[in-house]
Amino acid sequence: MKKYSVFAIAREAMRGHKGWEEQWSSPEPKKEYDVIIVGAGGHGLATAYYLATVHGITNVAVLEKGWLGGGNTGRNTTIIRSNYLYDESAGIYDHALKLWDGLSQELNYNVMYSPRGVMMLAHNVHDIQVLKRHVHANRLNGIDNEWLTPEAAKEFCPPLNISRDARYPVMGATLQRRGGTARHDAVAWGYARGASARGVHIIQNCEVTGVKRAPNGAVMGVETTRGFIGARKVGVVAAGHSSVIMNMAGVRMPLESYPLQALVSEPVKPVFPCVVMSNTVHAYISQSDKGELVIGAGTDQYISYSQTGGLHILQHTLDAICEMFPMFTRMKMLRSWGGIVDVTPDRSPILAKTPVPGLYVNCGWGTGGFKATPGSGHVFAHTIARDDPHPINAPFTIERFRTGRLIDEAAAAAVAH
Amino acid sequence: MLLIRCPYCEEERPELEFRNAGEAHIARSSDMAATSDDDFEKFFFIRSNPKGIIYERWRHMHGCARFFNAVRDTVSDRFLMTYKAGEPKPAKLPGASK
Repeated sequence: MKKYSVFAIAREAMRGHKGWEEQWSSPEPKKEYDVIIVGAGGHGLATAYYLATVHGITNVAVLEKGWLGGGNTGRNTTIIRSNYLYDESAGIYDHALKLWDGLSQELNYNVMYSPRGVMMLAHNVHDIQVLKRHVHANRLNGIDNEWLTPEAAKEFCPPLNISRDARYPVMGATLQRRGGTARHDAVAWGYARGASARGVHIIQNCEVTGVKRAPNGAVMGVETTRGFIGARKVGVVAAGHSSVIMNMAGVRMPLESYPLQALVSEPVKPVFPCVVMSNTVHAYISQSDKGELVIGAGTDQYISYSQTGGLHILQHTLDAICEMFPMFTRMKMLRSWGGIVDVTPDRSPILAKTPVPGLYVNCGWGTGGFKATPGSGHVFAHTIARDDPHPINAPFTIERFRTGRLIDEAAAAAVAH
Repeated sequence: MLLIRCPYCEEERPELEFRNAGEAHIARSSDMAATSDDDFEKFFFIRSNPKGIIYERWRHMHGCARFFNAVRDTVSDRFLMTYKAGEPKPAKLPGASK
C-alpha cells in the first residue's frame, strides 16, 4: 500500500496521475478462511480492519452481495454523536466517537470527520425535560453535552427560526460540540484499503445463500453464489438483511427491517454550520462539504426490503424543515433514496456471540448505525478474535430479550424512532 | 404511499388512513403468568421479518378503526390480499410470486 501524502499528490501531478494503485484488490475467493465477515459495509470492513491490525488475524474474507459500501453505509445522513442516555449506550457510542477523532491519520485516508456540533431541538415541555435529562446523564458519563437557550441556539445556527409564533417553536436545544459528520463512502473505502493491504480478501458480488453447520451445530462455512467458502468463525454484519442470514443458520432474531429515507438538495455555498436534529418532528439536517443539504426523515411504518419508502414521509420532513429554516423554502431537492434498517425492540444494537458456536452477529443498529462504525468494528473484532465480548459490548447480547435486561433507548430516546 | 383494501369497508384507501400493527397470527398465551421466559421471548420479541411474503396486521385507524390482516410481499410492497381478523391464515395465495 502506497502512503497518501502531499508528496504523493505532487509526485503524481508531475507524471499525469498514472502511478495511483487500486485501493483494494479483488481476489478470487479461497476455499477456506479463518474468519468470514458477511457484509462489506462500514461495520463489516471496520471489523476486518481491526481483526488484522489489533488481533493479527489476516486470513479473513469480507463477502458482499452487491458492491462495497453500497447498502446503508452509502445511504445514511452521516451524523456522528454519542449523547445517548444509558451507560451501556454511552460506552459504545463514545468509544466510537473517540476513534473518529484521529481515524483519518490511522487509516491514512481522509474520512473528513468534522466535529461541527450536533444540536437537538426541544419544541415542548416534554422535549425540554427529556433533553435536559440527557444532558445530565451524558455529563455523568463524561460526555460533553450542554443546554442552550433559544437565543444561544440561534447564535450557534443562524438559519434557525426561533420566533414564538413558529409552527414548531424552539424552546431550547442541546449541543454536543464533539458531534458532527464524516464522509460516509470514505469510511468504507478507508477501512477496505487498510484491510486489503494487510491481506484481507474483499469479495464483492458474492451473495451468501446458506450457512453450513457441522453435526455438533458449529459453523463450517457459508454457501455463496460463488460456491462454498469454509470458515470456523462467521460474523454477520448485514444490516437490514441480518435476520435473513441468521435464519439460514437457524437462529430467529428479535429484528424488524424498515425503510428509512433521506434526501439531498442541489449544492449551494456554505449556509449551514452544524447538524440540527428535531426528533419531535422527525427532521435531521446538515450541509455536506460538497454543498448539498443532507436531510434525514423517519422510517416507514411497515416491514420492507424495497429500499424505497412513501413520499408522504419525505413530505412531512420537508414541511418541518421549511418551518424551522424558512430560508430553505425555495431550495430544490436533487434526489432521495431509502435504506433498509434493522430495528430491535429496545432500539439498541446486538453485538454478540450467538447460540451457534462460531457464529457472531453485529446488527440492530436501526436508524443510527453510521456514527458507531469504528467502535462497532473495534469491539466486534475483539468478540470474534477472543470468542468473548469486549467489556464495552458485553451488555449488547441477544439473550437480553429473554432475561429482560434491555438497554431501552426506545423509551428514553434522544431520537424518536 | 400504499393503497390498502380494508376488508370491512370493502374499499381501497390510502395508507395514511391505516396503522401497521406488526406481524399477524402471533397468539397471546391465555395464562401469561405461567409462560416460560423462552416462550415469552418468542411471543413478545422474536419476529419472522421475512424477505418475501409477510402476514401482518393493519388497523383502519381513520376509517372503521378495525384491525384486519394482510398478505404482502416485502420486496415489492405489493398486497396479495387482505382478510378479516379472526379468519385463519390463508392456505393459498392469489398470484404469489414465490
